[in-house]
Amino acid sequence: MTAVSVQQPLGVASSKGWWARKANRRLVVRYIVATIVTIIFLFPVYWLFIMAFKTPEEVFASPPVWLPSDFSLDGFVELFRDGDVNTVMNSLITAGTSTVFAMFFGTIAAYSLARFKTGGDNLAIWIISQRMIPPITIVFPLFLMYALLGWIDSFHGLILLYTAFNLPYVIWMMRGYIEDIPIELEHSALVDGWTRWQVLWRVVFPMARAGLFATAVFTFIFAWNDFIFALILSRTEVTTFPVQMTRFFGHQQTFWGKIGAMSVIGTLPIFFAVAAMQRFIVRGISMGAVKG
Amino acid sequence: MKATTSIADTSFGYRVSVFADRRFKYLLVWPAVLILLLVAIFPLINLLIVSFQDISIIGENKTFQGGLNYGRLFEDARLWQSIWHTLAFTAVALPAELILGLLLALLFVDRMPGRGIFVALLIIPTVISPIVAGAMWRLMLDTQFGPVNQILGWIVGGPVDITWTVDRAFVWPAIFITEVWQWTPFMFLLLLAALSNVDKSQIEAAQIDGASGLRIFFKIVLPAIKPVLAIVLLIRGLDLFRLFDIVWALTKGGPGTTTETISLYAFVLGFQQFETSYTAAIAFVVIVLLSIIVILALRRVELAR
Repeated sequence: MTAVSVQQPLGVASSKGWWARKANRRLVVRYIVATIVTIIFLFPVYWLFIMAFKTPEEVFASPPVWLPSDFSLDGFVELFRDGDVNTVMNSLITAGTSTVFAMFFGTIAAYSLARFKTGGDNLAIWIISQRMIPPITIVFPLFLMYALLGWIDSFHGLILLYTAFNLPYVIWMMRGYIEDIPIELEHSALVDGWTRWQVLWRVVFPMARAGLFATAVFTFIFAWNDFIFALILSRTEVTTFPVQMTRFFGHQQTFWGKIGAMSVIGTLPIFFAVAAMQRFIVRGISMGAVKG
Repeated sequence: MKATTSIADTSFGYRVSVFADRRFKYLLVWPAVLILLLVAIFPLINLLIVSFQDISIIGENKTFQGGLNYGRLFEDARLWQSIWHTLAFTAVALPAELILGLLLALLFVDRMPGRGIFVALLIIPTVISPIVAGAMWRLMLDTQFGPVNQILGWIVGGPVDITWTVDRAFVWPAIFITEVWQWTPFMFLLLLAALSNVDKSQIEAAQIDGASGLRIFFKIVLPAIKPVLAIVLLIRGLDLFRLFDIVWALTKGGPGTTTETISLYAFVLGFQQFETSYTAAIAFVVIVLLSIIVILALRRVELAR
């Protein structure tokens, strides 16, 4: 490639046309393919989202309407009128609270694992293996226990489960992020007479804040997107939004306007959260195995 | 903190782990371990006990029943069918996601202006709720007002009315499309990261030697990204084994038991047929088997770190 451009002066190349260069042609083809692929992947998202803005006639039109005519907010109005937004609130409470707990207990445990090698590799592997077992087999025995305790359909029951389910993830991720921090800072802080908790709060947490933030976002998303735990452990009081969404698929009728509106509400916060921390996504979804 | 002078003498890690703060290091770990024990171990013990009893919708017999429920495992054709569905689907979906993800990653691996925007948009399917993803494809594939049938109609030049979520011949393809749509971006993102880290000078050297693109890919690129390949296959393989949400949103296992996975069957048994003891036996076997597989696999990954 370089040899070719040396033989041809710039002026000659441009007079023969931009298209004549193989590298340029390749770039154009790549852009075209990339655009088509992106449209294919995003089209279902667009298609469901516009359901929220279609009028009832447009929702059930056949052949389908590809572009809603007037942005009707009927889907959202119905969600609020029927009280379905409460389930979004429930999702927010359970996912939010469990994220705080999982982050706190997970991060201090991760510090111990990272710096003191507590329990060696065995403890670390046992902890993360807890995360990889099918949720149905975790939730079934837990259901039996909750039934005895009267914890079915309670906030604390669901929050405890989400906390426990996300703890391995937090520990595993934060252990990696803490290992990336140079240990000398903690060392000198200790020499200066700081207590261990002070070192944790004033040195380790601030140094790991990017990792903390990224891990918290993923922890929240996992709880927010959960379906199977909430399906089994909630009835009416703590129903989360994905569980409520499946109830819009009726035997007689499917409430697409509501499903569309609920999807918009349930998905947009995640779009923004993920966009805000793009640098950490690779590490976040690969459980720290790929550092990006 | 009296002996500060000697801290500098020994290594920090040694000093802390052996002498300075045994109490502190365990203090940090026990809340997390306690929560995990509460949610994982105690119910597991209870599960084991229940699996040796005979509790079902018919009645509760809490005396020891020996291998009654475990014996049933081998005669339960529906269980083996659900395991077959799960494994067969994994065997088809996992390579499909991997290959599509790899092709996408190869498309984007060389720098191009605006690449970040494409990547940000392409990962959207992976981070949304599987139930929302299921709803999306249920709508896309709707018989009357779904665009997929409409587009197929344009291609064949006549009306197409495939009932994607009901017709036996099309329910698995419907689940496959949804699954691959949602998780190909996951593969893509991690493989893109892996490909970006491949040593460029080696590839250039091979190009100068006149090696073909295909040969470079198999001799240089593939070995370099092998560790990441192993990890993504492990993560996604285990995810596929617990396939539930997407199937629930699309078919709920139907028609009949055509799309029933192991997780769905366990759900039906435990929460619709109330076969408590038998479900406990299945859950216990799955937990033990998968724990062994996961721990062996993770040990390899962990030691490779």
